[in-house]
Amino acid sequence: MNLHALYSAIILVQQPSRLIYLHFVDAVIILLYFAMILGIGFYLKRFTKTGDDFFMAGRQMTAWVAGLSFLAANLGSLELMGWAAAAYQYGILATHWYWIGAIPAMLFLGIVMMPFYYISKTHSVPGYLKLRYGEHARALSAITFAVMTVLMSGINIFSMALVMKVVLGWNINFSIWVSSITVGIYVALGGLLSAIFNEVLQFVLIWLGGMLIPIIGLIEAGGWSGMTARIAQRFPDQHYTHLWNTLGSFKDNPMGIHWTGIVLGLGFVVSFGYWTTDFLVVQRVLTAKDLRAAKTAPIIGASFKMLVPFIVILPGLLGLAVLPQHLVGETQALATGAHSYNEVLPLMLARYFGPGLLGLGITALMAGFMSGMAGNVSAFATVWTYDIYRALIRKDAEDSHYVSMGRWCTILGVLLSIGTAYLVMQFASIMDYVQALFSFFIAPLFGTVLLGMLWKRATPAAGFWGLLAGTLSSIGMWAWVQLDHRALAYIALSPNAKDMAENMYRGLWSWLICVGVTVMVSYFTQPKPVSELAGLVYGVTDIPSEGHLPLYKRPISWACIVIVVFFILNIVFW
Amino acid sequence: MNPESGRISIWFFIGALVLVYGVLVLGAGIYELFSPSPTTVVLSELHAGIWWGALMIVLGAIPFFKSFPRAKE
Repeated sequence: MNLHALYSAIILVQQPSRLIYLHFVDAVIILLYFAMILGIGFYLKRFTKTGDDFFMAGRQMTAWVAGLSFLAANLGSLELMGWAAAAYQYGILATHWYWIGAIPAMLFLGIVMMPFYYISKTHSVPGYLKLRYGEHARALSAITFAVMTVLMSGINIFSMALVMKVVLGWNINFSIWVSSITVGIYVALGGLLSAIFNEVLQFVLIWLGGMLIPIIGLIEAGGWSGMTARIAQRFPDQHYTHLWNTLGSFKDNPMGIHWTGIVLGLGFVVSFGYWTTDFLVVQRVLTAKDLRAAKTAPIIGASFKMLVPFIVILPGLLGLAVLPQHLVGETQALATGAHSYNEVLPLMLARYFGPGLLGLGITALMAGFMSGMAGNVSAFATVWTYDIYRALIRKDAEDSHYVSMGRWCTILGVLLSIGTAYLVMQFASIMDYVQALFSFFIAPLFGTVLLGMLWKRATPAAGFWGLLAGTLSSIGMWAWVQLDHRALAYIALSPNAKDMAENMYRGLWSWLICVGVTVMVSYFTQPKPVSELAGLVYGVTDIPSEGHLPLYKRPISWACIVIVVFFILNIVFW
Repeated sequence: MNPESGRISIWFFIGALVLVYGVLVLGAGIYELFSPSPTTVVLSELHAGIWWGALMIVLGAIPFFKSFPRAKE
């Protein structure tokens, strides 16, 4: 089929109402993107013969590739659109999710936790729990992770299809099937290797497509000072451009949150839980070629994470400054026909991007969605094959059998994701429930893994019961607020707290409960012999020294630089 | 080419795509310069497509040629 025919095929599925109209060159750019990611998948198939190749990318990745893919897997889903929308709604406060809500945790993963993950040679986070605590903790973690990952993947597909419908007028079924099958093909062919290659490519495209909006936007607004002056003039009653100085009280900021919620809930529990134990991101770092690369990869990821607000938060703020229309919430947008917060990024694209650049911008959005989905699907395939199928169903098969299972499981994961996408289409409220479900496991899991790595007295029984107690308490708190919204005042410690604060404080309490139960049960149950903890726990693991390396080659040196820049940025935008 | 794995480097693929995209964006920008479309974007006088496309060509050409797969000597 020639390019004209392919372009016509895209045009045929377009519908009349849309924010953006593509030109021929834009369609060529989008089609080239699809051709390239599929081509990479076909090319890499020949290099994925063993289980280690397929599930761990052969453990040959450099620090740069592992680090960029670590970040790209998180940049997916609704990250780009969602946080640009949050920046329009809440102002610069949304940056906390990129700085205090990510940087310390990523550095902690690299410097403190990575040696244990890497030296233990585990293939997954549930796999580490098996080595440290035994089969029960692994099974609980693996099953919940597999179910939640595939559900989240479905939500992401649906969200992407919805965006493509609103922005380009594309048929929703067309978007769901084309994007899912593309991801399914390249991950099934080349496994994690293919997912990682494409994630690095997608990372570059996201930057090239996204960086021009803030550059042109700042020119239009008259620089940073011009932008803040315009925002202050248009929204005199709101504080949109200060990071910390409105967090002294729940009432003083548009997010309805207190600094304790940001520092302890987001900055400590939720962020550390996600960045250090969510296998979706940790899997990328486990593919590093040696321990130094594995320690450096999250630090490289953290360096770029600090810059992501430039392409995500700044467009939202610029939207506040320059867009002629005031954007509103989704419900109000549906009722009035106005544009919603979620459309701020496409509106900025349409404002500044002419032919060619528009195709690049849309490709960047698609790349973001697909890298996130590939992350979900490849992590699901690994956990299903190694931590559920091999652990509980078929223990002694050939390596080639597990590779084959991984390929089929990738296709199954994609089909289940598509099924979830259609389920969400019918019952939109499922989206809120599933996102809450996912959050139930992250904070307690961090408590379980952290104690497992740093405290050799933590026992196998305590690991399981602590994780279960933390998870159930999180579900309990969520259900309490669902049944009686006044409960939010108790969980978030203030009657003025808003929904965003709930997640932070719920994470904090469930983590404390997990840690408390783990410590208590540990003192009543039998610990593992120290000889079985070698390579898994601090104090009994021989971590290779880096003393012989020059300073610039030591991961800790780069982590120090990143943390200094992190503090400077927070002070500058205080 | 990665000497250990025998694979073409990821940077070659990235360079190739960015290079081609740069040519397309630059070409579209030049076309717009001489034949502007009726619906113009804000700050179209900056001709962002031209300089952004040129930048992409440079950024794509470096990894493309540096990682170009060569036959083993």
